[in-house]
Amino acid sequence: MKACFALFRSAGRVGLATIGIVVFGISVLGIGRALAQKEDVGAHKNRKSTYAALAEAPRKARERKNPFEGTTQAVAAGGKLFEQHCADCHGRKAGGARKGPSLLREEVQQATPGTLFWILTNGVVRRGMPVWSKLPEQQRWQIVTFLQSLKLQSVNSRSENEKWGNPIP
Amino acid sequence: MVARFFPKSIPRKFTALIALIFSLLSCHSSLAQESPYIVTYNHYLEEPGSLEVEYFSTFGTQRGGNDFHAFWAEFEYGATAWWTAEFYVDGQTTFHDSTIFTGYRLENRFRLLQREHLVNPVLYIEYEQISGADKILKEVEGHDVESDYADSNAVLRKEHDHELELKLLLSSTFKGWNVAVNPIATKNLSPSEPWEFAYAIGASRPLALKALPNRCNFCLENFIAGVEMYGGMGDTQSAGLHDTSHYLAPVVAWNLPSDWTVRLSSGFGLNDNSHRLLLRWGLSREFSGFGEIVGRLFGGRP
Repeated sequence: MKACFALFRSAGRVGLATIGIVVFGISVLGIGRALAQKEDVGAHKNRKSTYAALAEAPRKARERKNPFEGTTQAVAAGGKLFEQHCADCHGRKAGGARKGPSLLREEVQQATPGTLFWILTNGVVRRGMPVWSKLPEQQRWQIVTFLQSLKLQSVNSRSENEKWGNPIP
Repeated sequence: MVARFFPKSIPRKFTALIALIFSLLSCHSSLAQESPYIVTYNHYLEEPGSLEVEYFSTFGTQRGGNDFHAFWAEFEYGATAWWTAEFYVDGQTTFHDSTIFTGYRLENRFRLLQREHLVNPVLYIEYEQISGADKILKEVEGHDVESDYADSNAVLRKEHDHELELKLLLSSTFKGWNVAVNPIATKNLSPSEPWEFAYAIGASRPLALKALPNRCNFCLENFIAGVEMYGGMGDTQSAGLHDTSHYLAPVVAWNLPSDWTVRLSSGFGLNDNSHRLLLRWGLSREFSGFGEIVGRLFGGRP
């Protein structure tokens, strides 16, 4: 009888823990999604371009030179790193996906290497892009080299751009 | 939406389990540059919408008792770019004794500053509900010493701890090196218990800073090596380093291109109050887009 009671009590504890965990999981998923959507809506409301973050790079950072500029090995290495760390959000061909904007746009392609390096290092945390300073400096420059090797492409579609707060005039 | 896929006769728990497995299988895996630390935290959070599933083991020697193998599973979810939530389940086997479930932990980390700075602060808040038999030694606090773990599981598990743990994660990355310092304060939620203090510090660096152009398992860029040190610093009733234990642990992480990360650490006790050896290893995998897929599965906006 005592053993049954102990088992029941322990099962109760496990049950409570499970309920707690489920509530925690649902809260995290729900609040996380709500916050992400709020950030998205905010961007729409203000019509402030996601690409505007590029303009926030300080002058000193913008003027930094890419040590690997024009190196084909760096383009290949950067392509590999892009596929591993960036393609999930920005698309395999950097053309943009649900989570991240296109990197083929003029704003990105015409940005200085230093600006891209600065964005990679600092992220755009309020809009969901994490900081990537965990990659060593050389690897971030390799990614920048890869991005700059991509051909400037025309704007994909009005809707995609409007989604990121960049209405086409 | 899930209910549409399954007949009513299948229990809901089973349906939920199938849904979870389906979500994980539908996720892309992605290579994250995982740090090698097992106890120390740096300021890097989980990518938004990604779930990292981790398993860790700790083998510890025990004077005056039986050696043990403690283990835990960790589910780490990036809610936003500035908030990561984690859930842990702990257990342990004490040799010549028994294997028991020892509790669970819920943890949240919040990035306090938007951009990178010389020192980057992250606030860490954790609630743990564990028994006295918990031996994962994820943090060594207050006056925790080796002899606390010498009793049998039957005795140790009678103690129940509901603790709130606060950490300030300070971390800096410079020229490939990461240095992280974590001051820790823990309060057992029983009113009579004092605040306990602890620390964890770590330094690490990838073995190569430049990436090679080809995918490779054994390239030096995939390995990050370092060292971490952690220990207790007393409590509000008796502050100081007397009757505390401290460990120094070389650590290494191997980030495989197949999206798995392997971590190894051998911790050596630095004084007589410490376990002589804490050998740890861990395996983890990151699934990106998990939040999105789960949301869609339960009828969220596509």
